[in-house]
Amino acid sequence: MIAEIGHYALVLAFFVAIAQVVVPLYGAARRDTALMGFAAPAASAQFLCIAIAFGALMHAYITSDFSVANVAQNSHSLKPLLYKISGVWGNHEGSMVFWVLILALFGFAVAAFGRQLPDSLKARVISIQGLIGLAFLAFILLTSNPFERLDPAPLDGRDLNPLLQDPGLAFHPPMLYIGYVGFSLAFSFAMAALIEGRVDPAWARWVRPWTLAAWTFLTAGITLGSWWAYYELGWGGWWFWDPVENASFMPWLAGTALLHSAIVVEKRDALKAWTILLAIITFSLSLMGTFLVRSGILTSVHAFAVDPERGLFILGILIVAVGGSLTLFAVRAPALKAGGLFAPVSREGGLVLNNLILSVATVTVFIGTLYPLFLDAMTGDKVSVGAPFFNATFVPVMIPLLVLLAIGPLLPWKRGNLRAAVEKLWVSALFTVVVAGGILVLEKGAPLAPVLGFGFAAWVAGGVVTELTERIRLFRIPLGDSLRRLFNLPGAAYGMSLAHLGMAVFICGATGEMNWTRELVATARAGDTLTLGQYELVLEKVERSQGPNYFRDMATLNVSKDGVPYATLHPERRLYPVQQMPTTEAAIRSGISGDLYVAIGEGSDLGGYIVRVWVKPLVPWIWAGAMMMVLGGLFSLSDRRLRIGAPKRSRRRPAAPAVTEAGD
Amino acid sequence: MLNRLLFLLPLLIFAVIAGYFTVPILTKKDPHLLPSVMIDKPAPPHDLGPLLEDKPGVGPEALRGEVKLVNFFASWCGPCRVEHPILMRLAAETDLPLVGINYKDQRDAALVWLRELGDPFGRIGVDGDGRAAIDWGVYGVPETYVVDASGHIRYRHVGPLTAQALKETILPMVEQLKAAKG
Repeated sequence: MIAEIGHYALVLAFFVAIAQVVVPLYGAARRDTALMGFAAPAASAQFLCIAIAFGALMHAYITSDFSVANVAQNSHSLKPLLYKISGVWGNHEGSMVFWVLILALFGFAVAAFGRQLPDSLKARVISIQGLIGLAFLAFILLTSNPFERLDPAPLDGRDLNPLLQDPGLAFHPPMLYIGYVGFSLAFSFAMAALIEGRVDPAWARWVRPWTLAAWTFLTAGITLGSWWAYYELGWGGWWFWDPVENASFMPWLAGTALLHSAIVVEKRDALKAWTILLAIITFSLSLMGTFLVRSGILTSVHAFAVDPERGLFILGILIVAVGGSLTLFAVRAPALKAGGLFAPVSREGGLVLNNLILSVATVTVFIGTLYPLFLDAMTGDKVSVGAPFFNATFVPVMIPLLVLLAIGPLLPWKRGNLRAAVEKLWVSALFTVVVAGGILVLEKGAPLAPVLGFGFAAWVAGGVVTELTERIRLFRIPLGDSLRRLFNLPGAAYGMSLAHLGMAVFICGATGEMNWTRELVATARAGDTLTLGQYELVLEKVERSQGPNYFRDMATLNVSKDGVPYATLHPERRLYPVQQMPTTEAAIRSGISGDLYVAIGEGSDLGGYIVRVWVKPLVPWIWAGAMMMVLGGLFSLSDRRLRIGAPKRSRRRPAAPAVTEAGD
Repeated sequence: MLNRLLFLLPLLIFAVIAGYFTVPILTKKDPHLLPSVMIDKPAPPHDLGPLLEDKPGVGPEALRGEVKLVNFFASWCGPCRVEHPILMRLAAETDLPLVGINYKDQRDAALVWLRELGDPFGRIGVDGDGRAAIDWGVYGVPETYVVDASGHIRYRHVGPLTAQALKETILPMVEQLKAAKG
């Protein structure tokens, strides 16, 4: 019964979406306030309907209602509650419902918080948001109904893919989806602005926080996914340049560019057409992320719906959405009035360069991901592109960005002096040379990669610190005043510093992991000792036991470091009988200097177990750096200037200065 | 005018990309079947050395004689891990010969992988530099090919094998090919 209510709510949401698209758009064209006013309640109703549908599906999962096909295929009565819940979005149909739920939530947010928005802009934004929803609701209802019944109902479910039964992956998809879908709002705003024919700083003030929120969630989502791959897949890698990873990385890169270009629109009323284009591209890449994962064109660990019919449907949505928006862009964007002028060397100039580099980086990843397909379509030739391609292309593209990252924030708006900015950076330059030189000496000049990596990290970190000391005028005014300035800095300033510093920390982690990892694979029996670097591991025992829906072999290893007891580790190997699938649960001991990573394999015929040990220096820095970027995003979101919104150009405004003048 | 063209540029670029995407999908019904120019051609005659000491490698003659599956795998590949239990079951429950080709892998890692997850293959060849894979038309691991008794490639499955794909497509095709051979 409840499943039918859910299905009914989805159908209702579809019809609400039709009204939400048509009425406000028509109203805005006719300048009819009443019709435009229809937008907000429609968006609320839409959200309510989808929330009911989502709730119904979740109910089916929690109560293990196996008469619902989707639940039977992806759940199991013995599965822990957390994974019953995460199972809702751990499959194709459920994840699509979650997708439209977030989409409707963002539409609802505009309806609820968009009071200062001009009526017509608000109506159009909500209408476009509804249009995206309409397409995906049609997709769900026609090809991926999550509420289909099974008769007779099976006694128990087929269980969720065990690789996905993990806390990291329970939260990875929702984060990622909020990120993906969050860019829909930037897209809707871009479309609405093109229809209106007007982009002004008030528009950017609205777009930026939503883009920032989406970016923050996307960053967190990508990090969680990478962390999951690191500890769950059991071979110690954290980024594989896998097509599905790239699918989430491309919107991240474009979104990062959008974040920066929106600043220019907001502060300087320039780069309007470019920012609109970026908003379109970012959301298109998000849609493509969905497309890549679902069409079966590219396959990977988490591509759970492999179905050509659905692929074609999404391809259709993608072509209409991207083609339509770019057509609107080609027709309407040339009419946008150009805003403030600026010299090439200026904050704006720096941000333009930032955008250029990030765009090139996006294109690089795009080509690396899709080139094999293009080539196949063109000539029938097959190539495979892997990590070597990305290391050879993406990394060099990013290097100028790192150089710029230290300089850009020191340039003033409009017209800057490159020499003055660079002169401020002499301390960081010195720091960079010391760090790079130190690594060179320590490594005895062997490979150049770590020298470069840590050198650039030092340069970026130095730049951030320099910018901060400039801002609070450290050592130039009394220390107390400097500290007061530091505490009174706007959230956005903290956000920028934290996120940029996070980048430096991340580079250290990635460089350390890539260049200094050491590995040992051995067959060990109980009582055997393994030695890797300064670590000595004694395999105490391996015990077999039973978990809620799996069997496990759990090893106990006593580890000492430099002869001193250091840790006891329990790597596991699990077998999930329902899906007949083994998984590895690595044991990881993290410290600030790196991870000790131990995974255990199947017992061999000779009575031993395969034990793999890695020493992975600085890996925690990768997660720490990414988390600093997320925190930076949150700090920036807390900036009260964003909450207050753009100073609305009140009609009475000209009168206001007159009053103050009289007061003077 | 030039300005207008500039604004048209993103649309044009998109049209080209969309074309590349759609044309192969629309002309060949099933996008999951990445079109392979190798279908119905003889399997490339590579002589791939053995991975294991006690199991033969894959030479040109190894691909003739009976219907078999040729599976490209690598220890570093996540989806390979996902499909591995299906290969194990196939090896245990049927007498269909499974030929493994270890793709761009480190020997030690591959050995550990097989010991850890089990070895379903009758013979395993090493394609260390990926030359053979290019000739077979492998887009990315895992990929599985049905090769008939005369050594011709008859079917290509991209991505991890699924129980459904086996039951509905691959095994019926194998039966058909066996019957055709008589």
